[in-house]
Amino acid sequence: MSKRAVGRPARRSRKTVQLLQLAHARSGDKGDTANVGLIALKPAYYPHLVKHVTVARVARHFRDLITGKVERYELPNLHALNFLLHGALDGGGTVSLKTDAQGKVFSTALLRMEIEAPR
Amino acid sequence: MKGGGRPVRIAAGQGFWGDWLEAPYRQVPGGPIDYLIRDYLPEVTMSILQKQKARDPAAGYAKDFVPQMVRILPLLVERRVKVTANAGGVNPRACAQAVAAAARELGLGGKLRIGVVTGDDLLPRLDGLLARGHDLKNLDTGRPLREIRDRVLAANAYLGAAPVVQALGQGADIVITGRVTDTGLTLAPMVHAFGWRADDWDKLAAGTVAGHTIECGAQCSGGNCGVDWEHIPDLANVGYPIVEAHADGSFEITKHPGTGGRISVAGVTEQLVYEMGDPTSYITPDCVADFTSIRLTQAGKDRVRFAGIKGRAATDKLKVSLAYFYGYKAVGTLVYAWPDAYHKARAADRVLRRRLQDLHLTFDAIHTEFVGADATHGSLAAQATRFADLPEVQLRVAVRSPEVAPVERFTREIAPLILNGPPSVTGFAGGRPKPEEIVAYWPALIDKDMVEPCVELVDV
Repeated sequence: MSKRAVGRPARRSRKTVQLLQLAHARSGDKGDTANVGLIALKPAYYPHLVKHVTVARVARHFRDLITGKVERYELPNLHALNFLLHGALDGGGTVSLKTDAQGKVFSTALLRMEIEAPR
Repeated sequence: MKGGGRPVRIAAGQGFWGDWLEAPYRQVPGGPIDYLIRDYLPEVTMSILQKQKARDPAAGYAKDFVPQMVRILPLLVERRVKVTANAGGVNPRACAQAVAAAARELGLGGKLRIGVVTGDDLLPRLDGLLARGHDLKNLDTGRPLREIRDRVLAANAYLGAAPVVQALGQGADIVITGRVTDTGLTLAPMVHAFGWRADDWDKLAAGTVAGHTIECGAQCSGGNCGVDWEHIPDLANVGYPIVEAHADGSFEITKHPGTGGRISVAGVTEQLVYEMGDPTSYITPDCVADFTSIRLTQAGKDRVRFAGIKGRAATDKLKVSLAYFYGYKAVGTLVYAWPDAYHKARAADRVLRRRLQDLHLTFDAIHTEFVGADATHGSLAAQATRFADLPEVQLRVAVRSPEVAPVERFTREIAPLILNGPPSVTGFAGGRPKPEEIVAYWPALIDKDMVEPCVELVDV
């Protein structure tokens, strides 16, 4: 676990909040890739999500669930971030042996993540 | 500014093949609409339809489309509601003939024109295309199609809105297509109604975004919505979405009055990001839409307004969806009850795997999940849950192999665990699992000029 990715130890003592309190999400599939759209519950939360829900944090969050890399796209107009989680679906579609072969609930798996509480 | 004239109202009839049978029926009498959209074709469906067509030259389309149309045809004709549907599968002509025959039986002879869009089916042309250097490389893995050529079961190019627009322009009331994008089915009525140019990229992008928004049916009108889900009203009576499109490319998403569900900025936004890749480049045969340009506003109860949408020129490629035989899989399940449900399920999994190993069965993959504990969120759930106290856990083991024999043998190793494995186990009433054929999806690109869409008309 990289210490740099979570910030300095002094700041880590700040109050944390589960993403569920700040955002909602929907996820789906494209081949073996799951996408998670993360949407701020209030527009004011969006910059906080941009700052704290980084590619590195999300990759660490899903480290046991995916085999590939994580990409992030910003949609400031929709106060949303789109994450692509590669190698998430055991081959995806009809090949996959997973219950969640289509990545439908990677959305709420991301909402489990703890980040710093906004001020 | 919305541009002159009355808006065109385009209603989603379903989100996928297998969606709520009542949805299309409710959309027609529920209030004024001009078009009903029927999206039928998930990626590997075409292979099933090809098999049906090989057995019966009059088959190979979405069979349940015909009885569904019978139910609504008289009202469609009475209200002059047009239909665009990719229900034609690999045999759109046969589908059109079946609908025409049903319409005549209903006494609608002389009152209906059906447009048929073909040209998407590349299966008969596959070897010629490969010989001419079209590799149809897998978009995800980069591997050439030659590696699996002898296992290909279906190959269809995704056509866009253009041939559907052409059919509407020739007076078709119902347009039945093979593989046409779901966004194209929604965009086509707008292009037809407003006369948008083929290079008016912003407007084509707007129609494409409208199509993306309603292509999953109620998933933009309150279904599967994570925000305030407990208070979304009357999901039993959920209203499927309707686009109210304006000539300037702006549009609203709404639903019929008196229906359940909710159309909100939050819910619509969830649908916009669904199955999204790079949001600045949503590529269709018609244009490249930029989802970062969309401006949403709540324009009233159950009404969200879209504006500002930007698009770019379409690419010179079409996506091709191929289906090929991959192998076999099977899933076995057992339910373990308290006490120690999770630990018993884990122990049973170890016993099962040992037996498979002792039988020298080899698989591409053996995948175990403990449903009720960690099946969907894996180790993320493990951090939050006290597994020791779970009242029950379902053991779910799945295997995959290129050969049927090991998969078949696996299916006989589940039931014995009830009497010769860990205790407090039940849940086998469904009987022995069955090996399933896996038909896998192979996405590729082809030069647009290699595909020639064809439009025909059938007068009822």
